[in-house]
Amino acid sequence: MIKNFKKQNVWFVFTPYLWLVLFFFVPLALILKISISVSEWGMPPYRDLFSLSENGLEINSTLGNYLFIFSDPFYIRSYLNSLSLAFTSTLLCLLIGYPIAFYVAKSKTSIRNILLIMLIIPFWSSFLLRVYAWKVLLQGSGIINSILIHIGLISEPISMLHNHYAVILGVVYTYLPFMILPLYGYLVKFDLNLIDASNDLGAKPLNTFVKVILPLSLPGIVAGSMLVFIPVVGEYIIPEMLGGSDKLYFGKIIWDEFFVNRDWPIASALAMSGIVILVFPIIIFQLMYAKYNFKNE
Amino acid sequence: MSEPFLQIIDVSKRFDNVVALDKVNLKIEKSEIFSLLGSSGCGKSTLLRIIAGFEKPDEGRILLEGKDITKLPPYVRPLNIMFQNYALFPHLNVTNNIQFGLKEEKISKEEINHRVNEILNLLELNGLEKRKINEISGGQQQRVALARCLVKKPKLLLLDEPLAALDKQLRVQTQFELVNLQYKLGITFIIVTHDQEEAMSLSDRMAIMKNGEILQVGNPVEIYEKPKDKYIANFIGTANIFNVLNKNNQIIIKELNYEVKNINNKENYVKCLIRPEKISVKKLENQSDNLNIGVVKEVAYLGSYTKYLIEVNGFEFYSFMQNSLVSDNLQIRWDDKVQISFNETSIYFFND
Repeated sequence: MIKNFKKQNVWFVFTPYLWLVLFFFVPLALILKISISVSEWGMPPYRDLFSLSENGLEINSTLGNYLFIFSDPFYIRSYLNSLSLAFTSTLLCLLIGYPIAFYVAKSKTSIRNILLIMLIIPFWSSFLLRVYAWKVLLQGSGIINSILIHIGLISEPISMLHNHYAVILGVVYTYLPFMILPLYGYLVKFDLNLIDASNDLGAKPLNTFVKVILPLSLPGIVAGSMLVFIPVVGEYIIPEMLGGSDKLYFGKIIWDEFFVNRDWPIASALAMSGIVILVFPIIIFQLMYAKYNFKNE
Repeated sequence: MSEPFLQIIDVSKRFDNVVALDKVNLKIEKSEIFSLLGSSGCGKSTLLRIIAGFEKPDEGRILLEGKDITKLPPYVRPLNIMFQNYALFPHLNVTNNIQFGLKEEKISKEEINHRVNEILNLLELNGLEKRKINEISGGQQQRVALARCLVKKPKLLLLDEPLAALDKQLRVQTQFELVNLQYKLGITFIIVTHDQEEAMSLSDRMAIMKNGEILQVGNPVEIYEKPKDKYIANFIGTANIFNVLNKNNQIIIKELNYEVKNINNKENYVKCLIRPEKISVKKLENQSDNLNIGVVKEVAYLGSYTKYLIEVNGFEFYSFMQNSLVSDNLQIRWDDKVQISFNETSIYFFND
């Protein structure tokens, strides 16, 4: 039975892997290749890794690109800026998202569905438009400044746009649902009797939260945080539209290297090192977490 | 006259205009096992949750040893509750579940360990200390839930359908264990159940609830033999209820056309109850005149006893006969004519 199943469905099983190879590993390998190539003027703007000349096979490979980006504090600082943005906004998303997720999960079924739809509605409009809307809101002649001037709180517009606070605002606004939905998924399954039981056994509300609710919603917290943290590290559009020159972010640097400086090898080296620095801690974390989960199952 | 251990005074509770409890009054004595019995939606669980402190009553007060606890939050009440689904913490092992409540009190580590070990021994949970909750059986989970409450040495233990989640065999065994445990510890138990057999076998006293009201309070014998009304009579066990006629100082059971002679109290009762096991039937051999004759409509042989559905003048009622002799079995069959007899002292008269 099982043997037959395997034979007949081998393609069915391998399709996702094929997808992964074609659209993930191949492009990744291309980027890796470019990142160790030597840059030159032309199209494409790098020298082939292998070329035949009078001296035979020539290998034009270099680790110079990596050495260059790690020796220039400019790149390192932009990377740290991105990490700090991701960290701050993940934390903010968690702090704002947790109570919302808890409230939605614990409301009556009829109200719950409406609340969920309200969470999802923003996805119906374009991401770019939503970020642009913030630009309109925050600008000098925007609604917020107009209202503040109108009620006499300020006399002239304050500059709220083009700084890293505006970036954090935009990121938190955009990524909040990615925190709330996985949290909601775990909290909706939460047995409310456990809260009563904890109270009954003498635990005050804060202790109940720390000792019972929090540990049991940890998987949701981890899932939501990953969904926010990882994409925000490479976020390009929001810093581009709302950010200013006070802080440069990793995603924008890669963009600039690719499209402004046309230095593909440096841009690729940046992308690769970003992946490596980000992926390894996440893999370790995932393994630790899998172990923790296994112990709990 | 000492004051009762737990007093529930005029407690009312509504949920969105649905009355869950309507001016409930109850006095529960120290060290008794008291059951709240009723079908679902009768308000018994709401009452339990109010005693535990999870719900606040709209009106009324709860006094524990004379002290008003109505407004106290659950975490300061000197009582514990065992939930129907046990509500054990899935992220903690058996020991950590049991000591959860102790860690909230200001008790030394040695004292905690001592008390946890004591309760592990009492409930025969040794060897399971490090197990996760989903690694132990339903019966073991029930004992962990009990241990988690008892280790706190509560004055009062509330049990919400304590046996409902167990399979039938385990249930009977656990019933006796619960009673023994209560006897050993002397803690007052309040049990909520919809299972009348469970309530009968566990309780010292019980309250029958319906639509947010308490209909009757009494020990199991009183409730079974002297139910206040038709609802209670039918709720507990099987009830044969007949109409009573009072004609010229004669008390007559209408459906059987039977005159009750040995009755002192000739009040105007309108109904009477004769429990099925108090009615005996005998296969009719020769035409007898003074006793009622009925026809067997159904026979259900249940091993220790047999249930007969008897029809007299178009009225149907039950008779349960003990199968005390092997030859008794299946002597009476469908459509047989039978003699019906009962002791007049077994008739319980009441007004509906």
